[in-house]
Amino acid sequence: MAEDAILGYLAAAEEIPDSGQFASQHGLHHSDVVNVIKSLHGFRYIDAQDIKRESWVLTDEGKKYAAEGSPEVQLFLAVPQEGSISKDELQKKLQPSVFKIGCSQAGKNKWVDMGKQVSRKVQHVEDKVKELLIRVQNGEEISKDDVNSLKARKLIVAQTWKGYSVRKGPNYAPKRKKVATDLTRENLQRGDWKELEFKEYNFNAKGPPSESGHLHPLLKVKQQFKNIFVQMGFEEMPTNNFVESSFWNFDALFQPQQHPARDSHDTFFLEAPSTTRELPEEYVELVKRVHESGGYGSRGYMYDWKREEANKNLLRTHTTAVSTRMLYALAKQPFAPKRYFSIDRVFRNESVDRTHLAEFHQIEGLVCDRGLNLGDLIGVLEDFFSRLGMSKLRFKPAYNPYTEPSMEIFSYHEGLKKWVEIGNSGMFRPEMLLPMGFPEDVRVIAWGLSLERPTMILYGIDNIRDLFGHKVDLSLIKRNPICRIGLN
Amino acid sequence: MPTVSVGRDRLFAALGRSYTQEEFEDLCFSFGIELDDVTTEKAIISKEKHLEEEKPTAEDEIIYKIEVPANRYDLLCLEGLAQALRIFSGQEKIPRYTVAKISKESMHKMHVKKETSLIRPFVVCAVLRGITFDEASYNSFIDLQDKLHQNICRKRTLVAIGTHDLDTLQGPFTYEALPPQEINFVPLKQVKNFRADELMEFYKSDLKLKKFLHIIENSSVFPVIYDRNRTVLSLPPIINGAHSAITLKTKNVFIECTATDLTKAKIVLNTMVTTFATYCERKFEVEPVEVISFDGSSSVYPDLSEYNMEVPLSYITGSIGVPLEVDEVTNLLKRMQLDAENSGSGQNISVSVPPTRSDILHPCDVMEDVAIAYGYNNIPRRKLSSLKPLPLNQLSDLIRSEIAMNGFTEVLTWILCSKKENFEMLNRKDDKSTAVIIGNPRSSDFEVVRTSLMPGMLKTVGHNKDHPKPIKIYEVGDVVLLDEKKDVGASNHRLLAALYCGANSGFELIHCLVDRIMEVMGAPFVSVPDNSGYYIEPSDEPEFLLGRQAKIIYKGRRIGIFGIVHPEVLNNFDIPDPCSFLELNIEYFL
Repeated sequence: MAEDAILGYLAAAEEIPDSGQFASQHGLHHSDVVNVIKSLHGFRYIDAQDIKRESWVLTDEGKKYAAEGSPEVQLFLAVPQEGSISKDELQKKLQPSVFKIGCSQAGKNKWVDMGKQVSRKVQHVEDKVKELLIRVQNGEEISKDDVNSLKARKLIVAQTWKGYSVRKGPNYAPKRKKVATDLTRENLQRGDWKELEFKEYNFNAKGPPSESGHLHPLLKVKQQFKNIFVQMGFEEMPTNNFVESSFWNFDALFQPQQHPARDSHDTFFLEAPSTTRELPEEYVELVKRVHESGGYGSRGYMYDWKREEANKNLLRTHTTAVSTRMLYALAKQPFAPKRYFSIDRVFRNESVDRTHLAEFHQIEGLVCDRGLNLGDLIGVLEDFFSRLGMSKLRFKPAYNPYTEPSMEIFSYHEGLKKWVEIGNSGMFRPEMLLPMGFPEDVRVIAWGLSLERPTMILYGIDNIRDLFGHKVDLSLIKRNPICRIGLN
Repeated sequence: MPTVSVGRDRLFAALGRSYTQEEFEDLCFSFGIELDDVTTEKAIISKEKHLEEEKPTAEDEIIYKIEVPANRYDLLCLEGLAQALRIFSGQEKIPRYTVAKISKESMHKMHVKKETSLIRPFVVCAVLRGITFDEASYNSFIDLQDKLHQNICRKRTLVAIGTHDLDTLQGPFTYEALPPQEINFVPLKQVKNFRADELMEFYKSDLKLKKFLHIIENSSVFPVIYDRNRTVLSLPPIINGAHSAITLKTKNVFIECTATDLTKAKIVLNTMVTTFATYCERKFEVEPVEVISFDGSSSVYPDLSEYNMEVPLSYITGSIGVPLEVDEVTNLLKRMQLDAENSGSGQNISVSVPPTRSDILHPCDVMEDVAIAYGYNNIPRRKLSSLKPLPLNQLSDLIRSEIAMNGFTEVLTWILCSKKENFEMLNRKDDKSTAVIIGNPRSSDFEVVRTSLMPGMLKTVGHNKDHPKPIKIYEVGDVVLLDEKKDVGASNHRLLAALYCGANSGFELIHCLVDRIMEVMGAPFVSVPDNSGYYIEPSDEPEFLLGRQAKIIYKGRRIGIFGIVHPEVLNNFDIPDPCSFLELNIEYFL
């Protein structure tokens, strides 16, 4: 109908100048014509230009008067040709609104005498208002004064009329082809794919969302770190033991019992199981002695070492507790060099904020060999961090109870234009290694960092809780790209 | 790590020169301390009161907050910090601290009663004679006690310090432990007399002191120090008496440290006296006090003797990895406040550890100081053996798992195929300038090296007609193209291909896979012709259906194509169902 009319008309004519006129000429609803124009335009059968026109339409009141006559005429006709009618009587004959408006308008027009008794002043009146309203309804022009008076009486309002002028488009055809959105098995079977015309595909928008699975960003980064360690010849330590005794977590590392890290403010101690069942007694004796009075060339801390403190269980505060157990086991064997690493959960009794959590992941690497020196430590750190894309490093002297020398690792951050601390490192103290039974020339160099910090830098996350824990935003997990650490 | 706040201008005056902030930061960095914050008194107060920060004016003193290592108690105040930095920069020699040589008879005495062993068994004392305070040094003296209490004293549990105006007191002194009801005195900052048990009640509402009450609260006896007139010096570790309070005018300071750990008490006392002996009439000299135990044994404090440590040169050079001569090592150590000399044989270094350096426990601590003075960042690197993976293969593996997670199954197809499969069956003509041609193929299956992953993927679908639909497969693999720039005239290219086959083409699904791949590669979707990410543009290639195919443009370069496979191509591979196919070169993501 409308589509055939438009395409058919354009077969012979250059242009449909006005869709409104076209609709009334062809006995079509303008809204139908508009819909067809939009659709044909979308497939570029036609080109359509907007047309806008201001026009007047009747209000509900206006429509009523166009049908029933204006109130003043209704009132006039209710007044008898001869004689008079009482105002009360007249009011009963008319609707209240008609009576009210009719009285004022008929009075203004001097058609009737308004008093207690109402009588006609003229014998004949024309309903000009009704006539004007009908003309507006038919879309005919009326004079400006008439528009203003109808507008003042709120019988008409302005309305913007929208239509189109239409010409042939680049894909013009007298009849629209059948459009397809996809190629189907049936199309192939019927062989009608040759006649198919595809609905234009919008390549400026992304495709539908994917239904894929996603790995957690922190664990993606962890995997890459693991790969780096393996490439550097490091063996993974078993870290699946969160509960540890103070002995392995602190004492064996030559961390004195009054050290602030051993405060309940920093460490989670356990109610159950509150203490460890056993410790290697011979080794405990050596550790006690080195704390109390030194030995192996050391003065020791010179305090009373208490077994009860060492027995206290805790959630490990660092994976170095595992490293200590591994080194202790290693020292029992005939010496062979080792490179160990681990990446796993550690626990701190800290208040949670944007950068701190009560649990996080520690990355740790250590090398155990004869004759290692600080040059080896710096060398291995440069190798490790250059694989993360951090090749501009510098090292700051620092203090750590179980390493000496200790070095904080700083990297120059190109984005922040400053040096940022990225990890800690050092050589384990002889007071830690010698009681284990290592030969004197065996040294252990080690370093550690958190997994969260580089991940936050990598993915531009500034609140750790967005990354790790139950407050995480799932769409962040879905959105994040592959971890390119180690690809440099 | 403890933080020490010092006035910048006073610090620079003590260092004998001023620094730009950057210069000072570098100095700190190489010495192993850290300029943590630069602020003003006003800013600290407004921060404490959570007020809007006011702009500092020129008159406001700039305060440096400096982080120091937790085992360096000698750096906990301006005096110690400045001295250490002056010596580190070679501006000053290591001071020698001495105990005044006075006879035992003229020494002040502290008698320790037996009951103290029930609660706080140790006390050590010393006198700073002829000291001159100004406001700044007086404040520093108070601050240092605070810092020590916080750190090594473990909030006064291990050690508590009391300092007194000696001229208000008369020795000998006694250190006792008495029932609280028997102790009466006017405590510091109060005017009224308190009984010790009432005082404990009184301090329960004192924000600063209430946290120390637990240390003695439940004991039947409280530690207390008296002079000969029964004047209370202090009720350690809670409060001193008002009577002996020190002031700016105090000339002679009596210091007592009561403790549960004697080693730490000695360190604390030594730190107090060595730091402030610099303001004494006889610089660096401290007057000793005899502490006489209830069992009759006696000790004289402070013990300012130096500890001698013999350290083999080879241990130092071997651990650091720098060949240094004895002289170089001793010179470096002197900058770290460790007096050192060749111990004769030439291979050992004899180190005198001063009373300020309680952190030196083992030759490894000496070795560290050599390394710090030498400069960590000047040490030559030694690289351990390690391997580097091939980035292209690592990237391939990462992409492979991402695509599998999108529900696609990996296939592994042959590199070799027939000419027909590589060209005609894909609606393509062999232009003789793309593919490597085999000279002696045993069968037509091995005529060319593939230039696209498409034939292998389509053959796979063609041979899996009975497999339930949809089929979603992918492959990451190499194709070979003729390449004039290569010595052999051909080069490999790592491509990724994915294919969907079902009742309909799955074109949108392949489109969304493109978006996902670009997302995991960190490439944003942009609009034409932005070169910072990727966009999609309609294409016109014969193996795809027109109107349903597009190229992927990444950073301005065409890296791949996707579309509905042309029905003629499907027919060539005997595939009855519509397919969509994606192929892109992943080398652009490296």
